[in-house]
Amino acid sequence: MEKAALILLTIGVLFNFLGTVALYRFPDVYTRLHGTTKCTTFGSIFTSAAVVVYALQMYLRTGEGRFTTLSVHVILAIFALLISNPTGAHAIARAAHRSGVLPKYAVVDRLAEDHRKKGGVSA
Amino acid sequence: MIISYFAWAAAVTGFCALAMVGRLIAGPTVPDRVVALDSINTMVIALMIILSLVYDSVIMVDVAIVYAALSFVGTLFIARHVEGGV
Repeated sequence: MEKAALILLTIGVLFNFLGTVALYRFPDVYTRLHGTTKCTTFGSIFTSAAVVVYALQMYLRTGEGRFTTLSVHVILAIFALLISNPTGAHAIARAAHRSGVLPKYAVVDRLAEDHRKKGGVSA
Repeated sequence: MIISYFAWAAAVTGFCALAMVGRLIAGPTVPDRVVALDSINTMVIALMIILSLVYDSVIMVDVAIVYAALSFVGTLFIARHVEGGV
């Protein structure tokens, strides 16, 4: 039963490391954002889930109340990560496109054409 | 005994957060640096949550929640500045 926390922890650390590799190996800002944000969000959720599982196991074994406090607070932190991380990534991508950074191998920019056609915000 | 695995996981996560500083310094454009900063913040939050179990202190998780909120506001503000609003 102790293996469950270890498996979750290994998956999370592996994905965090893959996010670091993605930050270095991808060619432009959009692919870096894609790889890094997804991998670090997934990995952080899994390491936090490992902490929750281990704290609940310790509560079942010892019966001390501080372990339930720890697991509830970690679940709150997971929800904070789930709300804030994709929203921040979307804001970064929007700002990157509006500041004129294009993907490395791009040949057309349909989003800028669409904005120009509607005559709305300058892309 | 199983706590030592969590300590190793904290070490690897801290190494990843330190390794991301390279992209923060050498990013060709400004959004690259913002991506690196956002990822470093996420890794520091994960590190705090793991270390709260290793050092057996709940207060570190509360600090991590506040850090997540502040880093979210900071990322939104920097993105707004990059796109030319502020």
